[in-house]
Amino acid sequence: MTVTQGSASNPLLSVRGLTKHFGAFAACSGIDLDIASGEIHALLGENGAGKSTLVKMLFGILDPSGGEILWDGRPVTITSPGEARALGIGMVFQHFSLFEALTVAENIALSLDPKISLAKISDEAARLSKVYGLPLDPKAHVADLSVGERQRIEIVRALLQNPKLIILDEPTSVLTPQEADRLFETLFTLKSEGRSVLYISHRLEEVRRICDRATVLRHGKVTGTCDPRQETPASLARMMVGTDVAGVSRGEIGTPGEVQIEVSTLSVPARTPFAVSLKGIDLKVCAGEVLAIAGVAGNGQGELFDALSGEFAVSDNDAIRIRGKSVGTSGINARRLLGAGFVPEERHGHAAVSNMRLSDNLLLARSQSDRSAFLSGGTLSVIRHDAVGAATQRICQEMDVRKSGRDPAAASLSGGNLQKFIVGRELDRQPAVLVVNQPTWGVDAGAASRIRQALVDLAKAGSAVVVISQDLDEIFEVATKIAVISEGGLSRAYPAGELSLERIGLMMGGIHDTTHAEASHAH
Amino acid sequence: MRIELQKRPEGSRLFSFLSPLLALALTLFFGGIMFWMLGKNPVDALYSFFIEPLLEVWSLHELAIKAAPLILIAVGLSVCYRSNNWNIGAEGQFTIGAITGSILPVLYPEWHSPMILPLMLIMGMVGGALYAGIPALLKTRFNTNEILTSLMLVYIAQLYLDWLARGPWRDPQGYNFPQSRSFVPEAVLPEILDSGRAHLAIVFAVVAAVALWFMMRFMLKGFEVTVLGQSERAGRFAGFSARRMVWFSMLVSGALAGLAGISEVSGSIGHVQPTISPGYGFTAIIVAFLGRLNPLGIVASGFVLALTYLGGEAAQLSIGISDKVSRVFQGLLLFFVLSCDTLIHYRVRIVTQKLTGGTARHA
Amino acid sequence: MLEAILLTVITAATPLVIAALGELVTERSGVLNLGVEGMMIMGAVSAFAATQITGSPYIGVLAGIAAGGAFSLLFGFLTLTLVANQVATGLALTILGLGLSGQLGESFVGQPGIKLQPIVVPLLSDIPFMGRLLFQQDLIFYLSIALVVGINWFLFKSRTGLKMRAIGDNHASAHALGINVIRTRYLAVMFGGACAGLAGAQLSLVYTPQWVENMTAGRGWIALALVVFASWRPLRLLAGGYLFGAVSIGQLHAQAFGIGIPSQVLSALPYVATIVVLIIISHNRRTTLINTPASLGKPFVPER
Repeated sequence: MTVTQGSASNPLLSVRGLTKHFGAFAACSGIDLDIASGEIHALLGENGAGKSTLVKMLFGILDPSGGEILWDGRPVTITSPGEARALGIGMVFQHFSLFEALTVAENIALSLDPKISLAKISDEAARLSKVYGLPLDPKAHVADLSVGERQRIEIVRALLQNPKLIILDEPTSVLTPQEADRLFETLFTLKSEGRSVLYISHRLEEVRRICDRATVLRHGKVTGTCDPRQETPASLARMMVGTDVAGVSRGEIGTPGEVQIEVSTLSVPARTPFAVSLKGIDLKVCAGEVLAIAGVAGNGQGELFDALSGEFAVSDNDAIRIRGKSVGTSGINARRLLGAGFVPEERHGHAAVSNMRLSDNLLLARSQSDRSAFLSGGTLSVIRHDAVGAATQRICQEMDVRKSGRDPAAASLSGGNLQKFIVGRELDRQPAVLVVNQPTWGVDAGAASRIRQALVDLAKAGSAVVVISQDLDEIFEVATKIAVISEGGLSRAYPAGELSLERIGLMMGGIHDTTHAEASHAH
Repeated sequence: MRIELQKRPEGSRLFSFLSPLLALALTLFFGGIMFWMLGKNPVDALYSFFIEPLLEVWSLHELAIKAAPLILIAVGLSVCYRSNNWNIGAEGQFTIGAITGSILPVLYPEWHSPMILPLMLIMGMVGGALYAGIPALLKTRFNTNEILTSLMLVYIAQLYLDWLARGPWRDPQGYNFPQSRSFVPEAVLPEILDSGRAHLAIVFAVVAAVALWFMMRFMLKGFEVTVLGQSERAGRFAGFSARRMVWFSMLVSGALAGLAGISEVSGSIGHVQPTISPGYGFTAIIVAFLGRLNPLGIVASGFVLALTYLGGEAAQLSIGISDKVSRVFQGLLLFFVLSCDTLIHYRVRIVTQKLTGGTARHA
Repeated sequence: MLEAILLTVITAATPLVIAALGELVTERSGVLNLGVEGMMIMGAVSAFAATQITGSPYIGVLAGIAAGGAFSLLFGFLTLTLVANQVATGLALTILGLGLSGQLGESFVGQPGIKLQPIVVPLLSDIPFMGRLLFQQDLIFYLSIALVVGINWFLFKSRTGLKMRAIGDNHASAHALGINVIRTRYLAVMFGGACAGLAGAQLSLVYTPQWVENMTAGRGWIALALVVFASWRPLRLLAGGYLFGAVSIGQLHAQAFGIGIPSQVLSALPYVATIVVLIIISHNRRTTLINTPASLGKPFVPER
């Protein structure tokens, strides 16, 4: 299957009335989209708007329920990624489609013609890496690579097929600002070669900077097509969300109170071959403060959360102190009893058990901290389902959790509503210390703004809040202090107003020794 | 044509009730076909397999005798499986429980005391629990797969029993038969009714089932079992320890299997011999799944599986079919139970034609 | 004497190697089939029955392979199409296999079987000692060696093997790349079944040419342990299989000599050895984690 050169009048790719149903739910309905040759086209929309479903149909992973796809003006049916690649469509996935146990060359080989030898693939990959400025070692195992390097594999893999259209799904969500800049240069090179790019994002600034046109999705429908350079972030956001989303109101920052959580020279060796070890971490958060910890995924955020929560206790009891008590070797419930609350990153299978009802998921976090209210019968520990149920309804009301039925399974809630419940579950106890990992990851804008507001309010009411996040916008919205984690080490904390985006970017890239020196000069 | 599954947001209550019944019906249907292929009238064969044993008082007693060990073992296994610990060596724990429980009546045959029976039962439970403790220790200490170790221990336990019955425990006045001396009356588990042989084991089984049902339904411990079985990570977040759960579930199921073992030897057999179980430990796995890992459901499914044993014996006598048929029935039943369980969590759709383009359906 | 012992070691090791190799391929694709024992016993009874009926042990071998493969298809349908729990379904396969084989083989109990005869390789069989050991063997032995070498090449050198390893590592990514996860897994499961059936045929046509109920005696489970022991590598599996063969033959010879240890203790040796080996292999969590196919035993429902 060879592709003829698209004429200037014809768009390279046209989508007409494309629809996808999952049971009764319409993930995409009646989508129209045109992508011209040599343009960078943005697909904008918030989480759950249908962006991923749409591109999965374009790449042959999902079968459309209706509508048609025109490639170079001809209708095509794309039933597998192989056919998409043969047409000239390449894809860079958001959660990479890579294999940890295989080498870079093997990973690339998997999407190429089996007749090409591994040696040849390595050579070709090395050549392309040079041309597009994407350094890679073909013999390295993926498990040993950073997130940025993994993305390069995906891009090189797509480029090796000499595609006419490259789809990138939220590519910068895992990159430092500097890494993102390098990616944009690569995209401009591709554009100058006459290739098209479909760029999926919910980051408005980025889209305004690099994209020629934008199609906006909301609830599975197109709400508009525009030239993003002519729009303001606010007007784009309105198209995306439908209404104006309330910004987080912070008010005056009061003077911090007593130290609530303190970590000193916390070092934890890596637990598994794929984990990061923590190196000499220091932090201190007082009542009324929000410490945000920025960093690129996979730099020890999960490990830091595990150590702070006590899910994996550490060997040095004095390394972690909550409200003046050493708790390094204590478990998570002992820390909860001291007034701490925790919200892990992963909702399903960590913060909540998907198949269990909300009331069970409430008990999950609070069976010991609210023992007297939720349990009876002494050592038998009989669950008081009535009390747990009442508390569940209270939390859902407080956080505006939309659900079907009185007490549905966690799996039936949308990401945003489940996250509101999980955060609300902790807020309901008014914890003196709250540690949250990626509070709004994969959450719609309305829920995200509500959660951020709740975190700020909690601090204002006199609690200490630690927010671990990859989202720099979020960090600037909620933080009173900012520190950066990279390769298992944590920078010192700076007052939020003192750090620029560029500085954080450099620190995220691991250059925080120099900034450290710089900072100490400055003060 | 292909089969498509669509995950239900919540498990279907209707199908969690219907699925075991559907599985039973399918098993009967295919069982009938099997009888027909063996040249028997399927209706007559199924009647003598599944109905006849229910018509006589004595065989109802036999049913209770066979159901008791199945239920005892299966309720223990349900705790294991719900917490994601795959103990498949209950047969071995049953055997060891029978051995440790028999130490007193075999080695101290002169001891007549009302204390002997309770002691035997306790020793049987301790023996079964300790034997199940081996895979628990290996799993928690060395990260060894409990499926393989618990199974290997079945073979070892059976060889150990074989050696005892033929060697040191053989009755010196037994004309060289490979069996121990008969237990003294005080060491025999009493019958519960005058009308037949059924003994206390079935009472133990029902009590254990109700107790574990209460634990799973109302107690924090039961909640802990379920959480750790669904997600170890979420369990850790709740402050539960997966390691302790390995011990808890294995020791509980081992103790119940041990109790079943000593009850069987003391109540039904009356002495120690090289083989004491027609595979109760393995059949109990089916009982556990047919009962949907719910202790009360297991009481019902225990009787169903006991019926396949009895039916096998009955059919052998009345229509001349090998009693091996019962094991085929048991295997088929487990297969259908597992298949039908798909209906609880998924909507199943058979797609005969590929959908192409056209108008969009609106929900 | 040594030669005789080594010959019996080879005969004892061959079914373990073949059954474990099949399971290795299945597990490399990310599927855990605990029904090896059941497929193996079905292979044994079918091979024996076909041989008795047709008089040709070669047809018996084919029947064994077919029975194992067909039986594994049942497992595949439940776990791959209906996404049933793999552990429970594997157990069901074993329970059903043991029952069904007893039923099917009932009329063959006690019949003298027909042994699969050795094929003497010209010239090579004249090499002193080694020639007698390695080149005067039956078809199934030659197959076992060819399979080990072939599968080793397939997994690490061929592109299809690469795809299979990729599926075992991450089925969601493989699906996103357009690799047909379910079809590949069906093939891997069936290969595993065919191998288990062939191993069963070896038992009833070579090892002890007769039909005895439950004659697999836990070998299917030992094969499962062998896969872990070999950390999912065919060549290590060959070594492990021969180690286990040696243990089980060693105890038989010890029983024959009557060295004063109860026969039951000696019979238990292979099972004890399995446990010991499992402990040694698994106690290093790090290596286990690196070697185990990451999607092993996890259910996969493709979205379309």
